[in-house]
Amino acid sequence: MPSNPTPLAEAPSEPETRHVHAALTRTSTGHEDLRELESGLDSLQSDADRKHRIEWSRILLPVAALVVLVLVWQFYVSLGVKRRDLVPGPLDVVTQMGVLWSDGKLQESVWTSLQRGLVGFLISVAIATPVGLLLAQVAPLRRAFGPLISGLQVLPSVAWVPAAIIWFGLTDATVYFVVFMGAIPSIINGLISGVDQIPPQYRRVGTVLGASRLQMALQVILPAALPGYLGGLKQGWAFSWRSLMAAEIIAVGGTIGFGLGSLLDQGRDLSDMTIVMAAILLILAVGILIELLVFGPIEKRLLRRRGLLAGSTR
Amino acid sequence: MPVVLEHLGKRFGDGAPVLDDVNANIRQGEFVALLGASGCGKSTLLNIIAGLEAPTSGALEVPSDGAAFMFQDAALFPWLTARENIELALKLRGVGKAERRTKAQELLELVHLGTAGDKRPHELSGGMRQRVSLARSLAQDRQLLLMDEPFAALDAITRDLLHDELERIWKETGRTIVFVTHNVREAVRLGQRVLLLSSRPGRVVQEWAVTEEHRTDAGLAGQLTGVITARLREEIRRHAK
Repeated sequence: MPSNPTPLAEAPSEPETRHVHAALTRTSTGHEDLRELESGLDSLQSDADRKHRIEWSRILLPVAALVVLVLVWQFYVSLGVKRRDLVPGPLDVVTQMGVLWSDGKLQESVWTSLQRGLVGFLISVAIATPVGLLLAQVAPLRRAFGPLISGLQVLPSVAWVPAAIIWFGLTDATVYFVVFMGAIPSIINGLISGVDQIPPQYRRVGTVLGASRLQMALQVILPAALPGYLGGLKQGWAFSWRSLMAAEIIAVGGTIGFGLGSLLDQGRDLSDMTIVMAAILLILAVGILIELLVFGPIEKRLLRRRGLLAGSTR
Repeated sequence: MPVVLEHLGKRFGDGAPVLDDVNANIRQGEFVALLGASGCGKSTLLNIIAGLEAPTSGALEVPSDGAAFMFQDAALFPWLTARENIELALKLRGVGKAERRTKAQELLELVHLGTAGDKRPHELSGGMRQRVSLARSLAQDRQLLLMDEPFAALDAITRDLLHDELERIWKETGRTIVFVTHNVREAVRLGQRVLLLSSRPGRVVQEWAVTEEHRTDAGLAGQLTGVITARLREEIRRHAK
């Protein structure tokens, strides 16, 4: 910077511009002038609102991809490389689904599994969220239990099935126990990594604004960690659903109801490949629907509100 | 005297002192610009006054209710709208729900953002974000307002306007403001007093008064800017190897 910048020292000649100097003095001529200038600058610097339309490619492309896959499947079956009872075609599977539907088995198994999955998942969320917050905020706790929680996430929750059967017998408790062991660690880990990624500035702002420890956790840390937390929830749901299927396949009978895993196991017992394929497709369909109807919209809304969606391929 | 600093010193661990023997008195309702080159411990000094860090030596007197703080980046919470950001500050201060609403709107209007309250931080320009941030720090309702280079990242046009804006709000609200900057023009434009902090260690080496004439007479202000810049460069040159 020059020690005495000449343009600033120049006296303005026009009376109208008498008050307009560069940065060193007042640049506006009064309250109204300032308000007008600012409002002009604000509108210049802000983007116009964009309208959200229905994007057809978002619906048509996945549908087209599905159609192509089914056609490839049908084509492969019609080549007759394998026996039809080993590799049934799409039509065979759809017919079987119709039979299962009219028996009421399809509805029963989907409803039983979905209900268990959701209840197990929600209870896992209720347990994992406070525990995750506590671990993320209290350093000694985190150091003590962090490795264990990460380890539990790696341990396949199916490994708990034999133990659960011994402890709880063939009851719903066995199924829920396995779901918890799958979902809780991954939700805790998601929340912890979400908290780790919070810009340190947010905590400073919280401190400066006078937040107590609890207020800091609920008003600053939790909302700031929401994107990571949501990732943990998604993974937690995936783990719940997988663990549930594993438990249902292995633990059959007793007071355990008839779920999709049980249906799959029944197909194997009957050596009926159409039932097996129908069950697999139903398990997949539930997973896709939950993502499309629950997590997808929530995540999209969360990212859009924070301005994190621009330029993404979502 | 809302702020009295006596022989204040700060060092981190065994390192060289960041601040050494800092002395200053700041009067009620005064606007003080704290000027210094990089590494002079301006931000550390501000953190100490705010109570975010403790000094290692010396004594300081600050208002018992603490200070409001405005950061270089607006540091608004992205999950809240502009209004909700301000309301959160009021909430953490214990203001009731109904009153929060009206108070937040008043503050938004004070910074000329009455109609932008429902926008989210990413929808606002840098200047607008800083005004929301200013409104939020005013929502804290502390007599003392500390500002850590709040306009450093803004473009020149916006910054000039925000200088006018801040001066107007300072006059309307009667706050005591300590404004940290490394920009000599900004210090002269805003401060009633400019304190120059030396670098490594930080220490108040000289101060200048800025009068009302400097606000309207660009020649006079330019002259003072020249004098302060020369002194600042002298400080920087001391560190040449």
